[in-house]
Amino acid sequence: MHSFEYSAPHSLSDAVSLLAQAEGNARPLAGGTDLIDQMQTGRFRPALVIDIKKLPELNVLEFDGDGLHLGAAVPCYRIYGEPRIVQEYSALADACHIIGGVQIQSRASVGGNLCNSGPAADSTPAMIALSAICVIAGPGETRQVPVEEFCTAPGENVLRRGEILAEILFPPRPANSGSHYRRFIPRNEMDIAVVGVGAFVELEDDGQTIKTARIGLGAVAPTPLLAEDLSASLSGKPATDSTFVSAGEAARQIITPITDMRGTAEYRKQITGVLVQRVLATATARARGEPSEYKPGK
Amino acid sequence: MSNKHVISLELNGDAVEFLCEPRQTLLEVLRDILHLTGTKEGCSNGNCGACTVLFNGRPVVSCLVLAMECEDAKIRTIEGVACDGALDEIQNAFLEGAALQCGICTPGFIVQAQALLDENPNPSEDEIRFYLAGNLCRCTGYDKIVRAVQAAAEQRRAATTAG
Repeated sequence: MHSFEYSAPHSLSDAVSLLAQAEGNARPLAGGTDLIDQMQTGRFRPALVIDIKKLPELNVLEFDGDGLHLGAAVPCYRIYGEPRIVQEYSALADACHIIGGVQIQSRASVGGNLCNSGPAADSTPAMIALSAICVIAGPGETRQVPVEEFCTAPGENVLRRGEILAEILFPPRPANSGSHYRRFIPRNEMDIAVVGVGAFVELEDDGQTIKTARIGLGAVAPTPLLAEDLSASLSGKPATDSTFVSAGEAARQIITPITDMRGTAEYRKQITGVLVQRVLATATARARGEPSEYKPGK
Repeated sequence: MSNKHVISLELNGDAVEFLCEPRQTLLEVLRDILHLTGTKEGCSNGNCGACTVLFNGRPVVSCLVLAMECEDAKIRTIEGVACDGALDEIQNAFLEGAALQCGICTPGFIVQAQALLDENPNPSEDEIRFYLAGNLCRCTGYDKIVRAVQAAAEQRRAATTAG
């Protein structure tokens, strides 16, 4: 690895100042599972690495009237280890369970997953489905950006010089709602999504009609996508298999996948339809409080 | 320009201090500075798990940890698994079950299996395979490894009941 300086500031404002002063020649370090590898291969050669994972603001995991405050540096294992997240924000727990192996989950954070801004990031479609908001600290005022607007291109995002993703805010879970994230990979675990789908479903009191739905799609476009029109079109529809199948077909029309070593564009379109259908079905089952047969890694 | 820093941590129960550069990983420091070569370097990009160690009780791949991040941490390596000269149940089970061939992946598997059994003393085969998915073996296939972990778990449970 190239030579660099390391700093572990004690406050978020110190971290922001250090990052701003470095004029683009510094990188924040959280779990390091992307950054250290990117430095080993020479993709990034920052003069300064700023360790932000011990900052209290980036380690919160709290529930209040605004919902779930999740510090950007909270590692995956703490996320799926929190029973209220498993229960109320299931899609997020599902994603964290399958990012890398257990060793990676000890360190990797969803904040880092988002800031790395890969098109196939597992946690991003889950967070899109859950209507999460990025809370960004910087030299100016703290600002908020919806997760679906955070990534702008592969490896690029809305963060300006000196800005740090501090927290991700998840709104409170409505009654009669459930969520799920699932991806397709050729093996059972430890792989990068060929396609990843997150969905949130809120049912009317009858338990049969969709009130609102939100679908996030990964690895099928340059950035993770919110299927906005498709999600809106599900409101008022019956929560049945035929609705889910049609939603899957509609999802195939709005994606722009590429052909690469993980699959052809045509294959990704096919898989997207199947996953959308299955993920909606599981999110709906969870919204009804039915046990879900889904097991991570299967 | 040298930018070496002193890092203090607890390594296998002992207080340890060393000098390192920010660019050095925990894996490099363990092997090249502290000469604890039980932790193996496989892929160096976090895929293979050969360099797994416990960092404050959690399994991590030491190739993706900067040594600078380890100030005041508790690190446990394969050298810290055997207790008072006696092999741990997992080490014994790997030997008895011939759950290795070349052995490069073995320290990582044993440390990872320790983390698993500490967390879940009675894992199913599926749970074992899922928990060990971040450890790759290119010699044996995984069946003997999984069986060794099952045998170790059983032995530990028997010891707990007896004790």
